[in-house]
Parts: sequence; structure tokens; C-alpha cells
Amino acid sequence: MAGIKRLARTGFEYLESGLDVVFGPGWNPLYYLGALGWFFYWIVAVSGIYLYIFFDSGVRDAYESVEYITHTQWYAAGIMRSLHRYASDALVVVVLLHVAREYVTDRYKDARRFAWLVGVPMLWLLYASGISGYWVVWDQLAQYVAIATTEWLDSLPFFGEPIARNFLHETVLSGRFFSLMVFIHIAVPLILLFVMWIHIQRHMHPRVNPPKGLALGSLVMMLGLSLVYPAVSQAPANLNQVPSTVGLDWFYLTLYPLLDVYSGEVLWVVAIATTALLVIMPWLPPRYRAATAKVDLPNCNGCGRCVADCPYSAITLEPRSDGDYHPKEAVVNAAKCVSCGICAAACPTASPYRRRAALVPGIELPGATIADLRRTTTEALEDLTGQARVLVYGCQTGVPMNESQDNGVAVVTVPCLGALPPSFLDFVLSRNLVEGVLLVGCRAGDCHYRLGQEWTQQRIAKQRDPYLPDRIPRERIAICWVGIDQKGKTEARLHEFRNRLRELAGPPSNAQQDTASTQVAEI
Amino acid sequence: MVSPGKIFMQAIAYAGFAALIGYFSASPEYAHMDPKLALIKLSFSHAGAPKTECRKLGQEELNELPPNMRRLTDCPRERVALLVELDIDGVLVYRDWRPPSGVAGDGASAVYERFPVQPGRHKVTVRLRDSRKSDGFDWEYADAVEIKPRQNFVIDFRAETGGFKFL
Repeated sequence: MAGIKRLARTGFEYLESGLDVVFGPGWNPLYYLGALGWFFYWIVAVSGIYLYIFFDSGVRDAYESVEYITHTQWYAAGIMRSLHRYASDALVVVVLLHVAREYVTDRYKDARRFAWLVGVPMLWLLYASGISGYWVVWDQLAQYVAIATTEWLDSLPFFGEPIARNFLHETVLSGRFFSLMVFIHIAVPLILLFVMWIHIQRHMHPRVNPPKGLALGSLVMMLGLSLVYPAVSQAPANLNQVPSTVGLDWFYLTLYPLLDVYSGEVLWVVAIATTALLVIMPWLPPRYRAATAKVDLPNCNGCGRCVADCPYSAITLEPRSDGDYHPKEAVVNAAKCVSCGICAAACPTASPYRRRAALVPGIELPGATIADLRRTTTEALEDLTGQARVLVYGCQTGVPMNESQDNGVAVVTVPCLGALPPSFLDFVLSRNLVEGVLLVGCRAGDCHYRLGQEWTQQRIAKQRDPYLPDRIPRERIAICWVGIDQKGKTEARLHEFRNRLRELAGPPSNAQQDTASTQVAEI
Repeated sequence: MVSPGKIFMQAIAYAGFAALIGYFSASPEYAHMDPKLALIKLSFSHAGAPKTECRKLGQEELNELPPNMRRLTDCPRERVALLVELDIDGVLVYRDWRPPSGVAGDGASAVYERFPVQPGRHKVTVRLRDSRKSDGFDWEYADAVEIKPRQNFVIDFRAETGGFKFL
């Protein structure tokens, strides 16, 4: 299993690299799968509302009304119908990719399991929404779907009279169940929307909108497909005949052919077992959970910077519990904390310049303290020699940065680049301990802890507290966002950066910093 | 500003994704059943007779009951299972006991079976026992029918309209 997961991770890495080239990291669809899901959902919702104006929900008239939508009003309702179908299909693709990617990147355990668990019923709701949609067209595919679905439901031991009898023959056709399906096709997507909202509740700044360029591209793609290859109905349903051959929507009806091979009971067991497996996955081995962030009250003044920066809303400000004159204190909800350490870097007390015997900030990770970071940083720099000495701060979840063989390069690993207080860059550069600092993080736009990249860039650019001071020459800092398969690229960038440093005159502390420039090169 | 080269590559990527969505949204076709065949569907829902007859209660038994529950007869709710048989061209293709539904076994029994057949003329005979008798059948219907390819030939049963019906 672990081997398959590694293989899938490698596959995703290659795909991400390829799409980085095509779209650039800012628009790479694989980094916005959840947001694209929301985007396609809204296309489906808006087009569905328009279609409902012209749809006749009676079983005898439904087909004719869909034909009117498709052919008579092809320029508006017809396009809406195609958008409705194709966006629904695209929704399935992005959702399944989203699930697979969260799994292979281990973003479903511990504090993240809430979103994972909420996502499991979303899969059922998504499929129920799509399948009920095919039903209401009442063409031959709808007939096949109606009969196959009701026969499958009838294999459960709950129903006295077989539901499939509603579709026994034209002479006894019952509109009851059909009308119920129309209602279900409206109600279930609304429930899905509600669960989608719950799904993102534990995320600070959730990505529910893709970047404008990606959204525009996706919309143009959907419109183009709708115009070139409009969605049409199959022959009208006729219960006196068996719909022996149907054009299936393989995104939603993938499992239906299995109903002709295996009994309904077997497929229920498979479906329920798969669901149960998805539910228990966050608790399956390997299980390792780093210690969650801890607040040190004597050093916490309740400023709220950690609250603002936590990507998972795991920290809140509560009334002071230690009698201190500050009105508030930070409180960590361990169940929501993913141990990224971003909160520690946001804390103004997390400074390597502090001269107390013990360097303890207001909040930090017990397993990766700020004191440890200062110690490992200073130890790593002790033996550095040469002209263009570089300290590499590498993200733990990014490309593995082993000890360099070069005497001019030292490597220090942090849980996330967002967990690195900007004052450490100041510390090593203003003391001339190195000529440059290279920050190596996860692939651009795909921070393992969601907001680490954004906060790092904003802190260095003086857009987010704590700022990197003006005195630090930004040309001495470089950022390299890379995937875990891009070690070679990282080494090439490091080499390039060192060559650039060699061209700069004097030590970092003497550099004349242009205070207007707070931009750091991304290499 | 996005370079023309990137726009071109993105257009290719979007077109590829659109082609994937467009194609698999209705293709390839799935042959649910051989189009040269037809289907005989035997399906009905019918309540069998009560499993035991109503019994008259004796005076002593009635006296033991609260006054508001003193009914003269005790009629158990449980019903008999239905015995259903289907012959096609003299060959028994289906014989099954269909139990009553419900926790107390007092609901209707249901049958829903499919039999793919070659189209053409067939002699179809269907039998049902819904009483407590231990031998023979209470309902039987036979007819020679012409079945066309892909036809959905339904055998229904409604006691109130005379029993079996071929649709």
C-alpha cells in the first residue's frame, strides 16, 4: 500500500511539474482542485436554475420539455444544459483528484481528518445529485438508470414492494417516483452545498475560488465544449422496450455495468466497505503526530498575531487565566493544530536576538522550538568557509535537503518556511554569518500547510507582521519553491544564487539597502 | 502577462480536458442486454392468505381480557409465503417461495424477476399458490405469445382484476 502511495505521489509530482510549465504555479489546476470543485458546482447550480424554468417535471412531459431546451432554445437553454452536464462531470473529476491528492500527500490525518471525514458523505451526495439528474430527462438512459437504480435499492431488505415496479411497463407507469427524483435532484445538491460549507469550516482563508485566469479558462473551456459538442438526449424512454444499449456517462455511472455482473447485495457491500475504509483511513498506520503548539503565558501578551496566521483556525484569544494585566491570551485547540509552527514565526517574541537564558516565545512547537532553531542555525554556520556562504532553510515537507558536501553551504530544516521567524534572516545576514540565505519550500502555490508560502512572502515584503527589517538587503535572500522530485533543480538554483552572491560587493551588513525594494528573488 | 506560448499550451491542455469530459459523458456505449434478445419480467406484489384461520375465543379467555379488548375471534397476522412458478415453452424457469414482508410477516409478498429470452413465439405459463393448501395452485394462466426483439414482456398479477395479466 505504501508503495502504491509513493508511486501515486511521484505521478502527481510529474503531473504538477508539467502543469507548472503550462499554467505556471499561480494557475496550476492541481493546486486548486477544491476551488475548482466549488467553481464547477456554481456553474451547475446557475445553469440548473435556468433549466428548471423550462423543465416540465411530469414524467409524460419531461422529455418534450428537455427537447425544447436542447433544440428550440439551443442558443441559451441548450448551452445551459450542456454546461450543466459537463460542469457536473468536471466536478467529479476534480473531486476524485482532490481526494487522491490529499491522500497521497498525507493531508487527511490528525487535525485534517475533519475535512476528510466531512468529504466522505459529500461523495455520496455528489453521485446522488448526478444520477438523479440523468433520471429526470426521461430518455432511454434515464429509463436504464431508473430501473437499474431501483433494482439496486430493492436488493436492500427495507422495501416491502419493489420500487422498480414503478417502471414496470408503459401501461402502469407511475409518476410518483419520477416526481420524487425531481425533488431529490434539487434537494440533494442543496444538502451537498451545506456539507461543502462544513467541509471548509476549519480552514482560515479557504480557497473557494480559483484564480481569475484559471476560472476564466475553465469557463471558456466549458462554453467551447458546449458549443462544439452539445449535450443531447437519447431516444425517449419506452418502458415497453428494453434500453439494451445506452450511452453511459462514465463519470457518474461507472459502477452500473457491474450490476449486470454482480448482485445488488454484493455492490452494496462493496460501496459500504469502501465508505467505511475512507472513514477509518485517518486512523490507519503509519500514525505519527508531532506535538501541537504550546502557549507560554509569561511570554504571551495576547497580541493575536498567531491567531491571524494560523491556517487551521486552531488558536483563539481567550480571557487571561493567569492574572496578568494583558486582557487576552492565546489558546491552542490541539484537535485542530497540525504542528506547522507558523504561529511561532508570527510571535514577536520568537527572536534569536533575545538574551534571556532560555529563549521561550509566547507560542511554539515543543518538538521544534525557537531555541532549537537558533542553536541548529548557529551550529550549522560554525564551519562555513568560502566566499559565498549560504544558509539554506528547507521546508520539512518539501524537497529533502541533506547536509551539503560543500563547505560554503549549510542546511537547516524547519517544519514549514512559514515557521521561520523573519528575524532569523536578519540574525544571520546582519551579523555577516553568511553572504546569503536560500529558502527552499514546497512547490509554488502548494504549501503543505496551506498558507506558509503566502505568509513568508508577505513578511519578507513587509506586508505582514512580523516584518523583515529594511536593513536586510533582499538580494541576499532567494526563495526556491520546488516539488519533492526536483532536488536537481534546487541544487542548480543554489549554484546560481551563490554565483550571484559572488558578484555582490562587501559583506551583507554593509550593503546599501534600497528601502523601496522589499522584493525577494524567486529562483 | 501570459506569453503566447503559454496560452497555446494552456489551450491544448483545456482542449484535452474538454475532450475527456465530452467523450466519457456519453461514450463508449454500454450494451446492457443483447439487442437481439427480449426480456420477460415477472413482477407483482400480493398478500397471501393468513397463515392460520381465525379462532373463536372461549368465554374464559374473553374474561381474562380487559373489557375494551374482548374481540370474539383471534386472527393471527402472519401470512403464508407465496409459491410462484413460471414455465416458458414447458420448461420450468422459476419456482420460488416468496415470504411475506414486514417484521410480523403480515405484509405482501413481492416478486421481481427477469428472464432474457430469444424473440419469437413462446408458451408462457405462470402459477401462484397464495392459500394455506399444501398442494396445487390457486391461480394459473397460460398463453402463447409473440415476443419481439428488445420487448419488455411483463407478467403482472392483480387478484382484484382476475389474476395474472400479460402486458
